[in-house]
Amino acid sequence: MASWLACQASAYRLLMTIPPRLRRVLVRLRRDLLFIGAGAPLHGIPPLLSIWACLHVGDILGPATDWGTLGLPIPLTLLVLSAYGLTEAQRWRFRSLCGVDLPRLRLREGKRQWGYNCLIGPLFGLLELAVLAVLVTALAAATSLVWIFAVDWHWRVEHRGYATPLGYATVAGLLVLAAVPALAGGLVRLENIVGRAVLCVSRSEELERRVEDLTESRAGAVDAADAERRRIERDLHDGAQQRLVALALNLGLAKATLKDLPPEARQVIEEAHREAKESIEELNSLVRGLHPAVLDELGLDAALSGLAVRAPLPVRLWTELPDRAAPAVEAVAYFVVSEALNNVAKHAEATRAEVTVTRLGEILRVVVADDGVGGADPARGSGLKGLAQRVRSVDGAFRMSSPVGGPTTMTVELPCTT
Amino acid sequence: MHDLTPAVRRAVIAEDSVLLRVGLVKVLETAGFEVAAEVGDAQALLTAVAEHRPDLAVVDVRMPPGFTDEGVRAALEIRERWPDTAVLMLSQYVEERYAAHLLASNTSGIGYLLKQRVADVEEFIEALRRVADGGTALDPQVVAQLLVRRRSDPLERLTEREREVLALMAEGRSNAGIAGALVVSESAVAKHINNILAKLDLPRADADHRRVLAVLRFLGV
Repeated sequence: MASWLACQASAYRLLMTIPPRLRRVLVRLRRDLLFIGAGAPLHGIPPLLSIWACLHVGDILGPATDWGTLGLPIPLTLLVLSAYGLTEAQRWRFRSLCGVDLPRLRLREGKRQWGYNCLIGPLFGLLELAVLAVLVTALAAATSLVWIFAVDWHWRVEHRGYATPLGYATVAGLLVLAAVPALAGGLVRLENIVGRAVLCVSRSEELERRVEDLTESRAGAVDAADAERRRIERDLHDGAQQRLVALALNLGLAKATLKDLPPEARQVIEEAHREAKESIEELNSLVRGLHPAVLDELGLDAALSGLAVRAPLPVRLWTELPDRAAPAVEAVAYFVVSEALNNVAKHAEATRAEVTVTRLGEILRVVVADDGVGGADPARGSGLKGLAQRVRSVDGAFRMSSPVGGPTTMTVELPCTT
Repeated sequence: MHDLTPAVRRAVIAEDSVLLRVGLVKVLETAGFEVAAEVGDAQALLTAVAEHRPDLAVVDVRMPPGFTDEGVRAALEIRERWPDTAVLMLSQYVEERYAAHLLASNTSGIGYLLKQRVADVEEFIEALRRVADGGTALDPQVVAQLLVRRRSDPLERLTEREREVLALMAEGRSNAGIAGALVVSESAVAKHINNILAKLDLPRADADHRRVLAVLRFLGV
């Protein structure tokens, strides 16, 4: 390991001694050659399979060979299937050796994959082989004056004038070598252009696909957040809430039964009792803001009356919900009413509010109106902003009318397809 | 006022949280009940009621295995099969429709309170006794939630004070109880109640629980 690292370090130092321009050319050439070298065998697979199949065409007509009657079906099946595997291999080649990320093609786009791997691919395979052959030949020619000394000396004695043609060969080899980077670069560019054209989907198709992906992943994120809120609610209910009620109950019992306590002790118990009851209230309101159990168990309709009652101003509630909506939509509708009533209580200076929740076809409409001072601006208050964001998370629409002087009406429409 | 009742009344408790169950046993014993059985789910509750025939069953709404409304369903069954057993429901949250189900046939000997009310031991004991005696104990929250649902509103005709009295009436309190809660005389309460019944076109009724029934019918239960 250490020696390998040392080796790499010395190679790096050696590379650093080369002038920067030449260094860039060499680094690029190395990358292009790797790309071409990896391409040749990949592109070669379909033609080789075809040749294998051709060799066995006779099996159908004549007597079976060693392969039996499977001589033809096997390579043909492999040929058809290889298109899919090869596309993945090509994506890997483009990504890791060329830095180009081709989008994943769907299975039904088999025609493109087949066309690329079985028709265009072999042509590229030939070009790649040609470039590699030119490289090897040029290298051989350019270094001919060196390796000729490895040849048996009898040959050199017999061919006395060999130095002159080898000199020409060296010059020609060096010239061709100088052209190899351009040649390899050109081929890589050509492969890139063709690869993008054939293996990439069109822009609109790609966007469509992205929208589908995003919609799906966003719905997943929204559901995950809901599930998390539900889990926290269940944990609080099973744990802290029960304990606090039991604690308050015991303190209440102490208060009710221990009549002959000194006044100081009595005061302490009373204070603890009050604190415990307040903690229960606080925890309850926390759970209500998160995701109350009643929402899951009985639905939006039932959960809303609890909200309306707890608002610090008179609230009228009107619901018309024939069916339950999807849990994510119910959770957003509940949150909307909760936040809106919070906002009304905090800022509107209203004397009353009205909450109307109706389901018409595929739209769940939530309207919260108050007779307060108006002037609410969704761009300013973080509560309203969070509300609008949560509405958007399920593709809902959020409208607000709040002229200075009031009244304020907030309308939220949530699509529910289920 | 009920301390003169000769026989010790017996109760059954159904509550899945052990901590709370222990607390409830203590409260019931303090209130003078004999706890015949304490169980943790609805099925065990029905078995215990069948076996002990208690005067009162204190039932948590949310119990295993489903943790939804097992308690309510068990309570409905108890009321149908053993009408003499009074039922007091305890719930994490108030759902007015549960109350509606429970009160649908019969308003005597029924209670529906938020679980956290048990912390106010004295009031809770009063509610326990009221229910065991065939009265009604509805959580103020139930009444408030019913009021929220009213749209066109004869309630607007009531004064602020009359509304308070109406809410206390709906909870199942007697005239004396209302007078105590509002710190006014019983005759003042009686006057308010007469005004309310007249304004809402409700029939006059003497027994507390019939009065509760009238109010609840008016509220749409």
